[in-house]
Amino acid sequence: MPTTTGLPGATIEIAGLTKRFGRVKAVDDLTFSVQPGRVTGFLGPNGAGKTTTLRMLLGLERPSSGKATLNGVRYRRLRRPLMTVGAALEASSFHPGRSARDHLRVYAQAGRVPARRIDDALAAVGLIEAADRRVGGYSLGMRQRLGLAFALLGDPEVLVLDEPINGLDPEGIRWIRHFLRGLAAQGRTVLISSHLLSEVQQSVDDVIIIAKGRLRYAGTLAGLGAQSPGGTAPSTIVDAPRRDDLAQALSAAQLGFERSHSGFVVRGASSDEVGRAAFAAGVELSQLRTDTGSLEDTFLRLVGEDGL
Amino acid sequence: MIGFFAGVRSEFTKIFTTRLWWSLALVLVLYLMALTGGLGLLFAGLQTGAIHARHGLVPSFGDLAPPLYSFATSIGYVFPVLFGALITAGEWGYQTITPTFLANPHRYTVLWAKIVTAVVFGAAYGALALAASVSSGAAALTHYGLNAELGDHATWHLFGRAVIAMALWGFVGVGLGVLVPNQAAVIVIILAFTQFVEPLLRLGAAFSVETAGAAKFLPGASSDALVGASFLDLQNTAEGAMVVDQLSWQHGGVMLVIYGAAVTVIGCLTTWRRDVS
Repeated sequence: MPTTTGLPGATIEIAGLTKRFGRVKAVDDLTFSVQPGRVTGFLGPNGAGKTTTLRMLLGLERPSSGKATLNGVRYRRLRRPLMTVGAALEASSFHPGRSARDHLRVYAQAGRVPARRIDDALAAVGLIEAADRRVGGYSLGMRQRLGLAFALLGDPEVLVLDEPINGLDPEGIRWIRHFLRGLAAQGRTVLISSHLLSEVQQSVDDVIIIAKGRLRYAGTLAGLGAQSPGGTAPSTIVDAPRRDDLAQALSAAQLGFERSHSGFVVRGASSDEVGRAAFAAGVELSQLRTDTGSLEDTFLRLVGEDGL
Repeated sequence: MIGFFAGVRSEFTKIFTTRLWWSLALVLVLYLMALTGGLGLLFAGLQTGAIHARHGLVPSFGDLAPPLYSFATSIGYVFPVLFGALITAGEWGYQTITPTFLANPHRYTVLWAKIVTAVVFGAAYGALALAASVSSGAAALTHYGLNAELGDHATWHLFGRAVIAMALWGFVGVGLGVLVPNQAAVIVIILAFTQFVEPLLRLGAAFSVETAGAAKFLPGASSDALVGASFLDLQNTAEGAMVVDQLSWQHGGVMLVIYGAAVTVIGCLTTWRRDVS
C-alpha cells in the first residue's frame, strides 16, 4: 500500500493529551498508542471525551496540553493530510445540494488528492450508482458510506472513524465490519470509536477504553477479558458431546467450572486454556467461546457504569 | 502557495456545485433591470417634462446617466456581500468546515482562498449588475431622447470603479461571514444594515454639515464615493436642501478595504481559530 509518511502503516500516538473546557477536563492526561495492521476500538460512554480526543488528533481542536501525533507528526504538519489520515466524524458534514461525487471533488482539490481517487473511494463504499444524486436525498446509511468514502479519498494509511456503526441497519453493520477488517489486513491503522463494546467486539483486535476523559484500559480485546480489578476473571463457555469426559478434562487441568443448560462456564480461564485442556485429554468439543457477557461486564465496570 | 491555489480551486468547485451563485445572480439582474428601467423612465420623463410633476414644475436632476448606471453598486452591492458571507458562514451551517479544515488544516490559507474567490465573484457580479443597470437605464434615457453617455470615457471609468467596488464588497462579505458564522444571523445583519440602517443614517446625516462629514465614512457612502455616483444624488438634487459630502474615489476604496480588513481580523481573532466541534 502507498505510504506518504515513508513508513509502512502509521502509529497514532497520544501523549499526555488534555482538553479543558473551563473547569471541566473533557480529556484528562490521556496516553495511548494505536498500531498499524489492526482494528482498534476506542470505547467509552457518551461524553467520555472520545470525539474531543479524535478532533484534537485531527487538528480540529486545540489541546490544552499534551500531543497527538501520527508517526510523530502533528496533523497540521502533514504535507497532504488526506493522504495520510482519513477521517469520518459525523454523518451530516455535507452540503445537501451537492452530489456525492462533487462533495469528494471539492475536498480532493483542496487536499491535492488525484481526481481518479474519487471514483475509487465511491466504488469502495458502493456509492457509484448514487454518486450523482444530491446528498440531501440520501438515507442515513448512504451518508455514513459517503463519510467513509471521504475518509478513503486519499488512500490513507490511517483511518479514524467516529461511531461508524451508529445508525446502520444489520446488513450495513455486517458490511462495515468486513470492510474494516479488510482495511486492517492491508496494513492500515484503523481506529473506530463507539459507546458500546458489543457493537465493535466482533471487529476489533485492540481496545482503548476511556471514561470521564481518563484512560481505563488499553490493550488487546482478549486481554480485556483478563482484566479483573473487581475480581471477575474472564469466563469461557465450553460444551462437548460427551460432557462427563469434558468435566474430567477440566478437573484434570484444575479449572473450576459450573454446569449450565448450554454447557460449562469456566471462570477465570481464557478459551485458549480451556481448549488446551480439552485437547490434552482428547475430548471433542462442540462449542468453545469467550463469555461475551462477562466482557461487557468488565467494560461497564471499567467505565464505572455497572449500575452500582 | 500550492495549498492556496488548491484552496481557490476547491472554493470555485464548492460554488459551482451549489445553487447560491446563480440564484443571487438571477435576482441581482432582474432586480436591477426592473429598478433602473422603472426609475429611469420616471426621472427621464420628469426631466423632459413628458411626465408632469406637482405644480407643473419641471425638476432638473442634472446628468441622469451616472446615478442611474450606478444603481449596479448603490443598490446591487448587497449581493456580493451576501455571497461572501454565505460562502464562509455556510461552512459552519452545513458543518462542511470539518472536511474543509481536514483537507487543509492551515486555516488562514483557507481564508485567503475564500477572500480571493469572493473578490473574483464580486467583480463578476459587478459586471453582471452593470450589464443590467446600463441596458435598462440607457433604454429609458434614449426612450425620452436623453443622452445615454455610453460614448463618454467618464462613463466607462465609472463602470471600472463599480466593478472594483463590487469586488471589495465580496471581501467585506467574507469578513462578515467570519465574524458572524451563523447564516441566518449574518443575512439578517447584512439586510438590516444595508437596506435600513445605513440609508436612514445617511439621509438623517445629510441635514447638517457636521453629521454629513461623519456619514461620508459609512461603508455605503464610501462605496458611492469610489464609484463616483449614487442614487442618493438624485434625491439630493431633487430636494435641494441636502448637504452632500463625499470622499474622493480613492479614499472611498481605501475605506472599503479597511471595513473588510477590520471585520476579517476581528473574525479571525474570535471564530476562525476556534475549535470545530
